[in-house]
Amino acid sequence: LTADVQALYQAAILDHNKQPRNFRVLAGGRSAEGDNPLCGDHVTVYMRVDEGIITEATFQGFGCAIARASASLMTESVTGKTLIEADELVERVHRLVSSPPEAPVEDLGALSTLAAVRQFPLRIKCATLPWRTLQAAAAARDEVVSTE
Amino acid sequence: MSSVPLDATSIRQDFPILRRQVHGRPLVYLDNASTTHKPQVVIDRLTRFYAEENANVHRGLHRLSELATDAYEAARAAVARFLNAPESREIVFVRGTTEAINLVADSFGRSRVGAGDAVVISAMEHHSNLVPWQRLCEEKGARLRIIPVSDAGELDLDACATLLDDRTRIVAVVHVSNALGTINSIADIVRLAHGRGIPVLVDGAQAAAHMPVDVQALGCDFYAFSGHKMLGPTGVGALYARASLLEAMPPYQSGGDMISSVTFERTLYRTLPHRFEAGTPHIAGAVALGAAIGYLDAIGLDRIACAEHDLLEYATGVLSDTPGVRVIGAARWKAGILSFVLDGVHPHDIATMLDREGIAIRAGHHCCQPLMHRLGLAATARASLALYNTREEIDALGAALHHVREMFR
Repeated sequence: LTADVQALYQAAILDHNKQPRNFRVLAGGRSAEGDNPLCGDHVTVYMRVDEGIITEATFQGFGCAIARASASLMTESVTGKTLIEADELVERVHRLVSSPPEAPVEDLGALSTLAAVRQFPLRIKCATLPWRTLQAAAAARDEVVSTE
Repeated sequence: MSSVPLDATSIRQDFPILRRQVHGRPLVYLDNASTTHKPQVVIDRLTRFYAEENANVHRGLHRLSELATDAYEAARAAVARFLNAPESREIVFVRGTTEAINLVADSFGRSRVGAGDAVVISAMEHHSNLVPWQRLCEEKGARLRIIPVSDAGELDLDACATLLDDRTRIVAVVHVSNALGTINSIADIVRLAHGRGIPVLVDGAQAAAHMPVDVQALGCDFYAFSGHKMLGPTGVGALYARASLLEAMPPYQSGGDMISSVTFERTLYRTLPHRFEAGTPHIAGAVALGAAIGYLDAIGLDRIACAEHDLLEYATGVLSDTPGVRVIGAARWKAGILSFVLDGVHPHDIATMLDREGIAIRAGHHCCQPLMHRLGLAATARASLALYNTREEIDALGAALHHVREMFR
């Protein structure tokens, strides 16, 4: 297998795919659904917010390893952040994964592994789907998000 | 029947794209159900038309228009022969299968289907043979009824018989399933439908380059296919329609080339098939489609069908022997399409990893969401064959799937 494939499917991504963190329904909070209609990926993001701070974030759904790992990493990284901080993080992750492959990779801790998707333009939307859905859940927008 | 087996290695020489590399590896192209590659004769015919014959058809009184019209009408005659249609005027050139079905749903459907009537399709239809009928039924207050599919991926013809009644206005079914490879027993469905005087449309997109198609033997009333899935250019396809039905159908699109006289008070339409070809058609595309038919005929569709069946059996064996792989679709009669899933690995991840090995497959719901739902799957990976594929390519697929599984363990 080629080096860029190994970078994309590195151990951390495969681990989050196989054992996604916070993979459960969270009742009584905010939620939103996201779809990649052409792929068939579907994700629901749940969050509980207390005084502007995300106290818990979870997800459900089905999709490829990139979408699942991205969602799993996301739920870990936004917990404890304010809604404004989380919103900024969504934009930073979006830049992280959609910048040209040669652009510098911002240090976003564990999330930086997602930068490997830059080499796979067709898969960027898999990585961004949970994040756009998180934004919709934060705004509690009553709509299905799509990154197609 | 030609008995000389097909030599894929020499056939490959006719397809320039098969000489290129992808990600530094030789291209292994197993996405033929999406589109097939084009032999040099088709590419050359497209070029020669623009270089030597280009003009509009059916209107110019000059030499080039005569040449273009002759070439275009010769292509129509080639399509008629290819499908064993009784007459050339029963062939309408369209953009592809999707437009052909939309033409029938719009013209035949809107004039024949009313409130309380029914349209019968199957549970394995591509969205292109589902959504046009669904829209028609919504508009008319008609019912869309579905022939069920078994776990193996075969249509339930007993159920089909009970679905048909005196309110059924048309049956629309796929010849070869793009998601499962099932070859449906069209002649049996036609027999059931015609027994009640119901016409049958067949979506032939996945059959045309892979087996002989004889619309008279099938008995169907409409047959739709796309040029680009049978070695021809994109943007052109054809609809076969029984003349007696086509005569009675109102125009589909309207404008130039489909009229015989126009005043502000009324318009008289041209004869078949021109009435259904408004505007300037994809002339070069149709002409090159004629060349693709010539290429397929010279090899022989019976030989192609045999070779692809052999390769299908080989590939089914390779995939079944690959740990963790489950082949989806076990119909008794199958064309060269293999849907499969790999334990614990999403089909998109399989497709991305194979791509980096130079292997092109499709992953997803294959525009058959109701079928995927019926089978309890969100998506599958799909390898689809054509006359130029080899056992070595199937071995490469099998080996790459081993690597994918190892990585995801």
